[in-house]
Amino acid sequence: MDFSVHGGRAYAYTGGVPFDASLRTVVFIHGGALDHSVWGLQARYFSHHGRAVLAPDLPGHGRSEGPALRRIEDMAAWLIALLDAARVVRTALVGHSMGSLVALDCAARLPERVEAIALIGSAVPMRVSPELLEAARSDEPRARAMINVWSHGAYAQFPGNPGPGSWVIGANLKLMQRAKPGVLHADFSACNDYAAGLERAAQVRCPALLVSGRRDQMTPARGARALASAIPGAEWVELDGSGHNVMAEKPDELLDRLVRFLAR
Amino acid sequence: MAAPRPLQFDTLTLHAGQQPDPVTGARATPIYFTTSFVFRDADHAAALFDMERAGHVYSRISNPTNAVLEERVAALEGGVGAIATASGQAALHLAIATLTGAGSHIVASRSLYGGSHNLLSYTLPRFGIETTFVDPRDLAAWSDAVRPNTRLFFGETLGNPGLDVLDVSAVAELAHAVKVPLVVDSTFTTPYLLRPFDHGADLVVHSATKFLGGHGVAIGGVLVDGGSFDWDASGKFPELTEPYGGFHGMDFTEESTVAAFLLRARREGLRDFGACMSPATAFQILQGVETLPLRMQRHVENTRKVIAFLSGHPAVASIAYPELPSHPDHALAKRLLPRGCGAVFSFNLEGDRAAGRRFIESLRVFSHLANVGDAKSLVIHPASTTHFRMDAEALRGAGIAEGTVRLSIGLEDPEDLVEDLDRGLAAAAKT
Repeated sequence: MDFSVHGGRAYAYTGGVPFDASLRTVVFIHGGALDHSVWGLQARYFSHHGRAVLAPDLPGHGRSEGPALRRIEDMAAWLIALLDAARVVRTALVGHSMGSLVALDCAARLPERVEAIALIGSAVPMRVSPELLEAARSDEPRARAMINVWSHGAYAQFPGNPGPGSWVIGANLKLMQRAKPGVLHADFSACNDYAAGLERAAQVRCPALLVSGRRDQMTPARGARALASAIPGAEWVELDGSGHNVMAEKPDELLDRLVRFLAR
Repeated sequence: MAAPRPLQFDTLTLHAGQQPDPVTGARATPIYFTTSFVFRDADHAAALFDMERAGHVYSRISNPTNAVLEERVAALEGGVGAIATASGQAALHLAIATLTGAGSHIVASRSLYGGSHNLLSYTLPRFGIETTFVDPRDLAAWSDAVRPNTRLFFGETLGNPGLDVLDVSAVAELAHAVKVPLVVDSTFTTPYLLRPFDHGADLVVHSATKFLGGHGVAIGGVLVDGGSFDWDASGKFPELTEPYGGFHGMDFTEESTVAAFLLRARREGLRDFGACMSPATAFQILQGVETLPLRMQRHVENTRKVIAFLSGHPAVASIAYPELPSHPDHALAKRLLPRGCGAVFSFNLEGDRAAGRRFIESLRVFSHLANVGDAKSLVIHPASTTHFRMDAEALRGAGIAEGTVRLSIGLEDPEDLVEDLDRGLAAAAKT
């Protein structure tokens, strides 16, 4: 479904059913150099279980227009404008990796509009190694290869997203390859430069769930622990066998956690 | 942190898509001999049917043993996923049926396996799908054959019977210029010798019966999606870019940016045409895939030794193998197939049809049958078997001479193969 946000076309996947703003809403925010399709299973589940779902493509990603935004705060402002455009008053936010920082920033800044946040594969600070940042700037294939290895906990899933026969590692690589030139570096710079994370975390007043893969090498446990301790009352769950790409590697386990958390 | 290194090809042949069974600890891939899978509750059932959860419902659509094979071949090809099918022909049909319908048109290489040629020439026209065949080496011919309703290009990495090497990147570029995908049959090369996606192909089909399985025990196919073709930008595939009434109104490219084709192929083609693979077959083919690098290396080594022998033999008129400087695609093969040009090739005997028959009947190690890609060496003489009704002139039209012999070189001691062929050639030369 298309919206107009800040003068540009903004696309959001609605889970395969028409969007109905009168329902309780869940917004899914993708990570760096990816798009809405990482949320296929989870988005479909909630849209078919009484929720309105928006899984936007952030600017410059997937089907949304515009250059990629270079700051997490700007992505948060864009997301809030998208909520306005969709006439969403209050919502739960589920973010992965870079998207989790966007969710965090929104929750801290707009406590009246965010009823819960689930942060998947998250860490604060979300530092990116200088080598990866440089590769993202000057050698995208090398950067994608690094990310892909660090993002996956196993070479087999039972079964992965979107279903049996999917080679999750290959699909993640091909999805990153779809990103326009420069998007990878813009996204990873935004994560690396987001300095307000712990401060924002302390301001969160809504229920918060963190889900990490025990084999995550993109946002390892240390950073997740720091974030979980900084958010008042946050629950932190680690999933065995998963890397950073939790939605694809452990789709069922993640969904079960989200269902329980968002049912509150 | 040091730059990470992904698992390499030879390791993926053993590990991609499978971990020890979480319930029993079985290290080998279990054969899940079950038609169906129990739902946890009614909501779980509905969620599986609606693609809200990943999992298995019914073995025509997916099965855990098949999924291992699918993921493994996708990993080896560098794709996003795959579908195991009842045969190589079923894989090709599934690819075509997912992308075309009555009124569609295909541009295909004329150098194809006979079964694929039959499908395109005779069977698909009955369903309103027409094909124009082109000389795969004539790049202009591919573009000239395009019509407004063309929906895909199709060729074999090594064509039949002369082993024409498909210039994958050049043909892919021509296909992409008219916004259609290039589908490649990679049976003869396997991902060990060539990964077509690395050169721009969009979909790969295999007869897994051949080198992937490698032991001549099971019929099967695999269809692999490269995940790079932009169906939305093409605008020619409403099957993938518009809501499909047959599956929850799903818009497949919206659902999965990179695996839209596979979703539709599984949720429609596998569901409705039903040409699924048995899990026992998937297991047997997986056993072959685990040794693919070792076998392909030996297949190629043995082939080179056999060709070296045949090249100097007075009873041999000519050999069609792209590693030979006499082959028209020699330069292309050096670039595209540095690890070798496979283990199936044809050569022409000096002499007539009877010479071919004497040759075949004298062999003791080579098996006389209609297959390729077995661990055992195989031989066939088209003029006295598959093409026996054709006279010499008709044979010439099919690119076959009365003395043409096709060999599929196996894994035996190469000296035994050479000795066997020497015996056959001596018999052929007798008058």
